[in-house]
Amino acid sequence: MPREQLEEYIETIWDLESRDGSAKTTSIAKCLKVAPASVTEVLRSLSEKGLIRYEPYHGATLTEGGKKIASSIKRRHRLLEVFLTDVLRLNQEKVHEEACRMEHTISEETENALCRMMKAPARCPHGSPIGPCSQGVGSCTECTAVAGDSILSIPTPRDGTIIPLTDLDKGQSGEIAFIRGDNKIVQRLCDLGLTLGSSVSISRKVPLRGPVEISVRRTKLAIDHRIAENIFVKIS
Amino acid sequence: MDTGTGYKKPGSKKALPVTDEEYTVALAGNANVGKSATFNQLTGVDQIIGNWPGKTVERAEGVLLHKGHRIRVIDLPGIYSFSTYSMEEIVSRDYIALEHPDAVINVVDASALERNLFFTIQLMELATPMLIAVNQVDLAEKKGITVDTGKLSELLGVPVYSTVATRGKGIDLLSDGILDLAQTRARPPVIAYGKEIEERITRMVSRLSDIALEYPARWTAIKLLERDPVVSEMIRSKNPAVLAAAAEFSDEIEAMHGEPVSVVMSAERYQTADRIAAEVTTFRAPGKYPAGKSMTERIDDIVLHPIFGYISVIAIIGGLLIWTFVIGAEISGILAGYLSQFEQYEPVVSGPVWEVLWNGAFSGFVAGITLVIPYVLPFYLLLAVIEDSGYLTRIAMMLDKGMHKIGLHGKAIIPLILGYGCNVPACYSCRIMETPKQKYLSAFLVTLIPCTARTVVILGLVAVFVNIWWALALYAFDILLIIVLGRIVYKAMPGESAGLIMEMPDYHIPSLSVILKQTWARTKTLIWIVFPAYIIGSAFLQMLYIYGILEPVNALLSPITVLWLGLPAAVGITLIFGIVRKELTILMLAVIFGTVNFAAVLTPVQLIVLALVTMLYIPCISVILVLASEFGWKRALTISAAEVIMAIAIGGIAYRLLAPLMG
Repeated sequence: MPREQLEEYIETIWDLESRDGSAKTTSIAKCLKVAPASVTEVLRSLSEKGLIRYEPYHGATLTEGGKKIASSIKRRHRLLEVFLTDVLRLNQEKVHEEACRMEHTISEETENALCRMMKAPARCPHGSPIGPCSQGVGSCTECTAVAGDSILSIPTPRDGTIIPLTDLDKGQSGEIAFIRGDNKIVQRLCDLGLTLGSSVSISRKVPLRGPVEISVRRTKLAIDHRIAENIFVKIS
Repeated sequence: MDTGTGYKKPGSKKALPVTDEEYTVALAGNANVGKSATFNQLTGVDQIIGNWPGKTVERAEGVLLHKGHRIRVIDLPGIYSFSTYSMEEIVSRDYIALEHPDAVINVVDASALERNLFFTIQLMELATPMLIAVNQVDLAEKKGITVDTGKLSELLGVPVYSTVATRGKGIDLLSDGILDLAQTRARPPVIAYGKEIEERITRMVSRLSDIALEYPARWTAIKLLERDPVVSEMIRSKNPAVLAAAAEFSDEIEAMHGEPVSVVMSAERYQTADRIAAEVTTFRAPGKYPAGKSMTERIDDIVLHPIFGYISVIAIIGGLLIWTFVIGAEISGILAGYLSQFEQYEPVVSGPVWEVLWNGAFSGFVAGITLVIPYVLPFYLLLAVIEDSGYLTRIAMMLDKGMHKIGLHGKAIIPLILGYGCNVPACYSCRIMETPKQKYLSAFLVTLIPCTARTVVILGLVAVFVNIWWALALYAFDILLIIVLGRIVYKAMPGESAGLIMEMPDYHIPSLSVILKQTWARTKTLIWIVFPAYIIGSAFLQMLYIYGILEPVNALLSPITVLWLGLPAAVGITLIFGIVRKELTILMLAVIFGTVNFAAVLTPVQLIVLALVTMLYIPCISVILVLASEFGWKRALTISAAEVIMAIAIGGIAYRLLAPLMG
């Protein structure tokens, strides 16, 4: 199966799953404008690859592996949207379609270079969050340093998935894995005890994307939602 | 200048001469660990204490008398690090490194040792004699945390004392320790970093040996490696080659760790702090924890609740204003009734000058007693309770999102609320904002907040003689205006805005003595400095009247006052007096009209317009001076001029809208 087709299916299943709970064959066929019979065929093959769980009549859901691919496509898609809007200044209406085509062809190297050039944007032009990259870096400065210096080794990929601090449930805790942002904010958070590897938990959230209250090193801090969603944690 | 609510310029506080001190010591530490409480215990000075981070913005100063020695004590602002993130950090590190206090007292919070020791390690790098006061050990005990101070002292190599500053526990021993250290001036030992960093620090120190340094050599070396902008600039001017060498070392460290070098160093400090904290702290077995949630969590369940949280904010701020009015009107009534026995308002006096002066002075005094004190006292009393409880930080958190609309973040609500007391300290406290733009913007908005002086005018004119709803409407209009102007200035002004990062302290039950001291500290400036101003101003006004200068001034202002604002010509001079202190507007009005029953001389519309204009036109001289010292004269005068024009414009429009409405 060509990469583009596989990724299109996974992306569609991701969207439908988050909307309806699972992706029905008929819905997928409608979205991708193909015959239901060919959808069933592809779903079987995806299921064999271990990317989805597929039960006929019930629909498909992504496995952990499938989700990982889906979120990396989403990341590329949204990064490209930012690039097309902010750098190439393309018409807003064209941006989504263009990104849809480009997202399947660019390499991880290009993806990360785009991210560095645009100073690690946190959201796409439509406001959806852009996930973290899969490199094993602790901050964006590290990624930039590596890219600018050929002696430095390319960081090994991160093991396990990381999620924004704001996605933790109340009372859940995680270990800080990556902080997106400029040096100043990383330094400030570090001074307040949010060093890489330290354990944090969410103790309170103010609604409507208001600040979150976190516990770290037995102190409590209120942090702007926009800052907190750029702190990524590994669930412990 | 009115120093308002406890911001003491160094040296202005104590009557004792500050020239013959034998020693000088400084209090340093994280925000909200009890530095000011410790300071108050040591010196007996009533530095305002409040339960929110960033309260001490101006360093305060007092004298500790111990065993026949005089020790000057400086209270530095609370900070978390010696980077250059905020002005306070630079000011504090320069004070300790350059002014060489005989000792530094590092106040740390027993409940959060890791983060506090992170700062302690940086303080030790400054190589000034220091000791540690582990404070709030009682609160830590309640949480099941015990700190072994003996072991901490052993591990760090500096003296350690445990204290409960709010109750004066451990202060005597601490005082002994301070005196002892100031005499021996024993320097703290060096805390080593990891091998690869330590090696480079040593090499940097030797490179620095032939440069004359203001700062300690090891500290300078560390800061150079961290690429600290201030220290780097200093070395560049002396020997650029050394700076280049430092940059090379920094590159090497960054290559090894793949992190900015300053973050690497901070992480190392935290590692050390974590290790030491773990060794000296014992946690009580989980089973023995007090069952259920702590008091702080239970209160936060309500005040940080998605719905009840907002209701709490409105109830508490609204309650503060209503309480001020209800209690104020009550006291005012009682005092007015009592003083009316002596009343002798006879503004048109001809006769010997002293009699004229006496008459003016007396009516100023009566007006001050009946109009000002009754409202100011209950306001400050309740404000102290709110401030001391820790609730201000919760308001900041709940309103953070809304404050984004005007380019600020939640913390800016703290100066705005303090502004209802007095704009002067509120403008100073805008230093808790991180970027220059946010500092200026929040200070500008603070000047639009009706302080107690303006509250006196609004309540004294409108609430009493029209009705309380119109008074509340003025407050509501003011908030609306602040939102609109904040939005405009935010959009029009260049500069960056930082997001909220704020420590959330635990609540504590406000202590009665702290509340009373705080209220007294804030009210006494009013009595000693401002009261004479009323009396002198009032007498002065009588003189102007007698010598026929009053009329020309009022005539000059009449196009604005009479034609545009629809007020009697006589209020012209009162608005000029209002520039000195806003209460003077209403006090002078009483003197001019010879009555405190303003309904007899002004129509309801006139009362509202006058209160509105007084509320909005330039704060007062003290605030203009603060703005000038914080932001320069140009910006101070821009704000003042803009506000005068705006007040007059809005006043005139209000007159034209309200006159047909209210007849």
